Amino acid sequence: MTETTGFRWFRRLTLGFLAAFTLLPLYVLVTTSVKPLEDVRGLFTWVPERVTLAPYVDMWSTIPLARFLANSLVVTVSATALALAVAILAAYPLARLRFRGERVFAMTVLSTQMFPGILFLLPLFLLYVRTEDLLGVELTGTYHGLILTYLTFALPFSIWMLASHFSAIPEGLEEAAMIDGTGRLGALVRVVLPVARPGIVAVGVFAFVTAWGEVLFASVLTDDRTRTLSIGLKLYTSQVDTRWNELLAASLTVSLPVLVAFLLVQRHLVSGLSAGAVR
Amino acid sequence: MSTGPDRPARPARPAGAAPPPGPGAAPPPPARPPAARRGAERRRRSLLPYGMVAPAALLELLIHIIPMALGIYIAFTSLTQLTIRRWTTAPFVGWENFAEGLDPGGALGAALYQSLWRTVVYTVCVVGLSWALGMAAAVALNSRFRGRGLLRTLFLVPYALPVYVTAIVWTFMVNQRDGVVNRLLVADLGLLEERPFWLIGENAFWVLVVVSVWRLWPFAFLMLLAALQSVPDEVYEAAAIDGASNWKRFTAVTLPVVRPANGVVLLVMGLWTFNEFDLPYLLFGETSPESARLVSPLVYEHSFVNWNFGLGAAMSALLLVALVAASALYIRAVLPRRRA
Repeated sequence: MTETTGFRWFRRLTLGFLAAFTLLPLYVLVTTSVKPLEDVRGLFTWVPERVTLAPYVDMWSTIPLARFLANSLVVTVSATALALAVAILAAYPLARLRFRGERVFAMTVLSTQMFPGILFLLPLFLLYVRTEDLLGVELTGTYHGLILTYLTFALPFSIWMLASHFSAIPEGLEEAAMIDGTGRLGALVRVVLPVARPGIVAVGVFAFVTAWGEVLFASVLTDDRTRTLSIGLKLYTSQVDTRWNELLAASLTVSLPVLVAFLLVQRHLVSGLSAGAVR
Repeated sequence: MSTGPDRPARPARPAGAAPPPGPGAAPPPPARPPAARRGAERRRRSLLPYGMVAPAALLELLIHIIPMALGIYIAFTSLTQLTIRRWTTAPFVGWENFAEGLDPGGALGAALYQSLWRTVVYTVCVVGLSWALGMAAAVALNSRFRGRGLLRTLFLVPYALPVYVTAIVWTFMVNQRDGVVNRLLVADLGLLEERPFWLIGENAFWVLVVVSVWRLWPFAFLMLLAALQSVPDEVYEAAAIDGASNWKRFTAVTLPVVRPANGVVLLVMGLWTFNEFDLPYLLFGETSPESARLVSPLVYEHSFVNWNFGLGAAMSALLLVALVAASALYIRAVLPRRRA
């Protein structure tokens, strides 16, 4: 593409500004996490005078970080796996089969995605409390209450994305498998899923990232035993003197897995998102 | 049900080919005439979609639809922390919560409408800025140069970072008088004389806007870049040969190209931003400063800080009506395209 000098300057200025804006908090995050606590107090220094990895060691004993991490892992992995299974089953008929009520179902799924969590929070809490009283199944303060919630919240987006991935697969592949005597479900498992795997992985990562970062329901549905990272990290600030270096070290540590996963699948995620939004 | 006229008919099965056996279904007896066999197959097939969507539909019903209906019921009861464990017996009070919470003349109602207005201003600021930054970055990165892939990846980081990490870092940056932002603005750039407190007063609103934009603009960037990349370079080259200026090319080629994407991107970002709860909750705690009290945190405050659940539910109901209208628009914008 032919570029004028004006365009080059526009590009330099825009990208320079945006890179600085994006990098500033990331730079602060990384450098502060390797400063000793004395250097974190007082006026902020751009270049760390002393570098130490002690915060990455001490952060585990200041608060029960390992337990929060384990809780987050249990809840997020379970919710993601279940959401994928349920969403794959629901997305396939939306993409391929015709059935009465299809449109109603699709519209319900799409519209619930748009409602803020705050609308469900209180009634869901009350339903969980009532279920506990009636059936004796503990749902508040437990893993499965949170898993059930996160699983359902991941569904609309996952179903929508997967349906658009499935629609993009040539139908001939399944027809061929079915002529060979495989049923619809067999064709889904043996033909569609392998072909759609990048999309499925991307949707899984998205569900994982969303559940990993969820705050609102975690604040109400967890207790001391089941607290997840999103709420648990706050404990660093309730100390007499906030250990910012440990807090930021812990923040960076728990972000890395989701960050790496997200960046690895970003291409598929983008094509899936834009299949729905842009096309 | 409308299946859409543009949907291609399923190819006919070759004569003599076995029908696909459904799960757990016995093969049809061969004595039956072909027409009846096809009918049985169609029936079996017609049950399959329902079985497949059933788990999702059940979860949606239990975790989304029933709670939403329950929320509307609670808005008509007087539910407090005393009756919470036995909420089914909470007294029915009719429109009292609505009268109290939504009356513009009353203190609570006035606070709600003020918060709604503030949320609208916040949404316009955040979505407008995010769109502008995303658009600029998409245009800049839609050309080939060194470092392009690196920048693209960098720009995605804020979007992928857990929201509580974003809030923690920004809190660290603004919450001390000696923090990063004051160091930058006062000591390094000399833009301000005094080192302000950022998390109180009017400043809190702008901190919220900046942090929200930091988190949201990469989404606009991703979507708009995807739209731009669907245009072949030759179109721009042709425009350049025709002597069109950069600005002319932007308004005559780029903007029309991203128009379909824009509608959806703006609507989705608008709804997300309007519903924002996490950032104010994480930055300011359970009670936001007056200037930054958005509507979702306000509802949370009434319900879980002041323990007036009925009032919170009444405000939620108002929000629900507004959002149903908005998501009707959203569905109209999204659904027909996916079918096409």
